[in-house]
Amino acid sequence: MAKTARLTLFAPLLAIIFPSLPAFAQGDYRSGGKLLLTGGVTSVEGASGGGLATWSTIAGDETERGIGASASATWIETRDFGMTAFGGKIGLFDRVELSYARQRFDTNAAGAALGLGAGFAFGQDVFGAKLRLFGDAVYDQDRFLPQVSIAVQHKHANRGAVIGAIGGRDDSGTDYVLSATKIILDKSLVLGGAARLTKANQFGLLGFGGDRQGAATVQFEGSAGVLVSHKLLVGAEYRSKPDNLSFAQEDDAYDLFAAYALHRHLTVTAAYVDLGDIATVKAQRGFFLSMQAGF
Amino acid sequence: MLTMFLLLLASAQVSMTVPAGEEPVEPYVIQDSNAGATPYKTDRWFKAFHGQPGIDRIVESFMDRNIADPVIGEIFKNQDDVRIRRTLKEQICYLLGGGCAYTGRDMKGAHQNMGVQTADFNALVENLQWAMREEGIAFAAQNKLLAKLAPMKRDVVER
Ligand code: HEM
Repeated sequence: MAKTARLTLFAPLLAIIFPSLPAFAQGDYRSGGKLLLTGGVTSVEGASGGGLATWSTIAGDETERGIGASASATWIETRDFGMTAFGGKIGLFDRVELSYARQRFDTNAAGAALGLGAGFAFGQDVFGAKLRLFGDAVYDQDRFLPQVSIAVQHKHANRGAVIGAIGGRDDSGTDYVLSATKIILDKSLVLGGAARLTKANQFGLLGFGGDRQGAATVQFEGSAGVLVSHKLLVGAEYRSKPDNLSFAQEDDAYDLFAAYALHRHLTVTAAYVDLGDIATVKAQRGFFLSMQAGF
Repeated sequence: MLTMFLLLLASAQVSMTVPAGEEPVEPYVIQDSNAGATPYKTDRWFKAFHGQPGIDRIVESFMDRNIADPVIGEIFKNQDDVRIRRTLKEQICYLLGGGCAYTGRDMKGAHQNMGVQTADFNALVENLQWAMREEGIAFAAQNKLLAKLAPMKRDVVER
């Protein structure tokens, strides 16, 4: 009895999230079919997006009738630090995205100067879920309305002791992201904006909340790109970050990127990034390279 | 009320004559708004498509590719290919500000009960992009046309 009651509540909810589910149930499942690049590339947190900014896109090559997925590997090398992120994401009916990424932040030689020991590395797991709410970035060319999504990203950093020592409050936290993306085809432009409610210090690698600011703050992410060809998007991104720790000021991040579809199933993103000062080490600028393979 | 309706019918041009090589279709009201979008006000993009000869070449190679397409080719089997090519050439000329009249059916009517899905629509768009590249159309100009066509997905694709 209770079970059927729960089911009757659950069914309409499913119908709202996946309007094409009845077709799916009738065996109308269909994989592939998305337009090139419209599933986005991969952000550092493993969700579909640009390099630094979140887009409202849903990962994978699927349409509303299928399931898609992609795997990604990202390398960032700044003057003193190195970072890698490996992840995977699943796109369900071009409506819901589930993602996971494992980040590693290598202090290289600077680790010794910071008193952590040379080669000391911070790590973090990021579990994400994104829901496309309304709008269509690609087809709604006759409307101003962008494609809007909400996302949660639960992050767990692995260096709790160091995080505590530098004034961080927590080694795990949850970000909430509201994002809007729009392709303006007749200008060959892609524009995106996002608001992120977060406590994360350096994406979360240095923990969540701090001795200067303990509460979550709203941060902004913006991206603008030009479609140069059907395979190439070139643009810039900006991401503001909280400044929660008193031992080191945290800067906003910028990048200039080029995302290129080598193939329907393989996209490479190369960028110049400026992450600003990180943990008192000045001016961390460098290169960003990300590969994404998907279907 | 009835006289109003009759007046409307009389003033509207109803398709009756069947162009050579085409099959007859159910009568419908011929009007430019059937093209599904408003045209650009300049002929700049029409010229960027190499005028009507360029549009004609694009439609020919585009339709050949659609018919040969492993995903959507089946949908074009046993359809009036001569008519689709003629009306598509008119539609693209019209939308790009080339000053043509569009004499085909509206997008909803033309694609009714065809069961076209998003993946089919996208396959067709990629074939059109290919045909425009073959004709050497500048990418920005290609997107001018695609911007007009993209919202038609709402009328072409059936949920
Ligand atoms: C924006 C996209 C599209 C445009 C602008 C377009 C345009 C047209 C035009 C102008 C016609 C002829 C109308 C008439 O006979 O009066 C037509 C018919 C047709 N279209 Fe499309 N079309 C689009 C998408 C598609 C897609 C995605 C498919 C299938 C994959 C498709 C399949 C057909 C077929 C089979 C016919 C023939 C219908 C008949 O003769 O009854 N079209 N389309």
